[in-house]
Amino acid sequence: METPKDGNQPPPKAQTMIYICGDCHQENEIKARDPIRCTECGYRIMYKKRTKRMVVFDAR
Amino acid sequence: MTSMDDIRNKVRLLEHGVDHVHSSAFPGNYPGYDDDWSKEKFERNFKIQIIHITNEVKRHTGIGMDLDYIDEMEFDMIGIDAAIANAIRRILIAEVPSMAIEKVHIYNNTSIIQDEVLAHRLGLVPIKADPRLFEYAQPGAEDEGTEEDTLEFRLKVKCTKNPAARDSTDPDQMYRDHKITTKYFEWLPKGNQEHLGNIGPVRDNILLAKMRPGQELDLRLFCVKGVGKDHTKFSPVATASYRLLPSIELLRPVEGADADKLQRCFSPGVIGLTTGKKGKKKAFVADARRDTISREVFRHEELKDAVKLERMRDHFIFSVESVGALRPEVLVVEAIKVLQAKCHTLLQELEEQTQPAAS
Repeated sequence: METPKDGNQPPPKAQTMIYICGDCHQENEIKARDPIRCTECGYRIMYKKRTKRMVVFDAR
Repeated sequence: MTSMDDIRNKVRLLEHGVDHVHSSAFPGNYPGYDDDWSKEKFERNFKIQIIHITNEVKRHTGIGMDLDYIDEMEFDMIGIDAAIANAIRRILIAEVPSMAIEKVHIYNNTSIIQDEVLAHRLGLVPIKADPRLFEYAQPGAEDEGTEEDTLEFRLKVKCTKNPAARDSTDPDQMYRDHKITTKYFEWLPKGNQEHLGNIGPVRDNILLAKMRPGQELDLRLFCVKGVGKDHTKFSPVATASYRLLPSIELLRPVEGADADKLQRCFSPGVIGLTTGKKGKKKAFVADARRDTISREVFRHEELKDAVKLERMRDHFIFSVESVGALRPEVLVVEAIKVLQAKCHTLLQELEEQTQPAAS
């Protein structure tokens, strides 16, 4: 059973977002109009992090 | 020949079947026997003998240095009908309450184990808390519970690399916090719950998830009181079972090579050997209680006529192994209390049913 509730914090007002590199899983801070490129390995595919929204499960 | 007393008191085990399984000693069934039930007679015949209560930590000497916790007891209940003994066993499994995780609030889970699988795993973790100090939670309450009915834990871990381990290929050295066990549970007492003392998982080495650097868990766990018939996670016993006391009788002397063979037909320690006349080995029944009643003897043509295998119908050897929240001897007392409460409910109900007719 899943009942998504309100997230505990709104997204940060500054336009920096953290993405995860598809190759090396390094966390990258990317601002708007920044090149989409991993600082660690140069890979160009990025993934969003999982939502911080709380989900309730029955332990059954 | 089977005597009348044997039919009344014993279950007979034969090569191809079991005889006199059911108790038949109800009033009027046997001429010449007084089978009326009376409290005095029951009190005179009823006995409970505690064989052992074990609470120890054993260490295996094998490859894994796993800890083996034993928290069990064995006791004999003599002079009671199978219906009552079985009721106590079933209540132990399904109706003695205990605490277990019921709701899992997942704020973050980036490990490879899925949310619902992790939640289910967490539910099965035994929680060390006395359920008698708690109320049942209100059904349908979606919130976080109160201090009377809910225990709250936090599980917040992030796996990291260990910079000190450069050339190692052992995950235990390469990563920090990569094995998420119950030791990461952090109890968050509600209200006055600090006074409850030592609350937490029964074992701190139960593996819940494995992680790699960057993965994290952020969970809130809510425990409530429940009973085993709702979900096994609430069952306070790992096993609760009984068996009937075996009774083995040798009908003729068994000597020599046959005696050795007879000994091997039973569990270790059941048949003893003595040196009889002319230095010949002679078999005797040393301890029938140890036998599992495998009926192996009946497969040997030369031995099958030498033994009489039986079980005492009113002698129950109970074995109760606690999951760890309460001591096994306390669980048995709690089970009997539940049975008493059931009897009170029935009597009250009967009284209410008969009252209108009387007035």
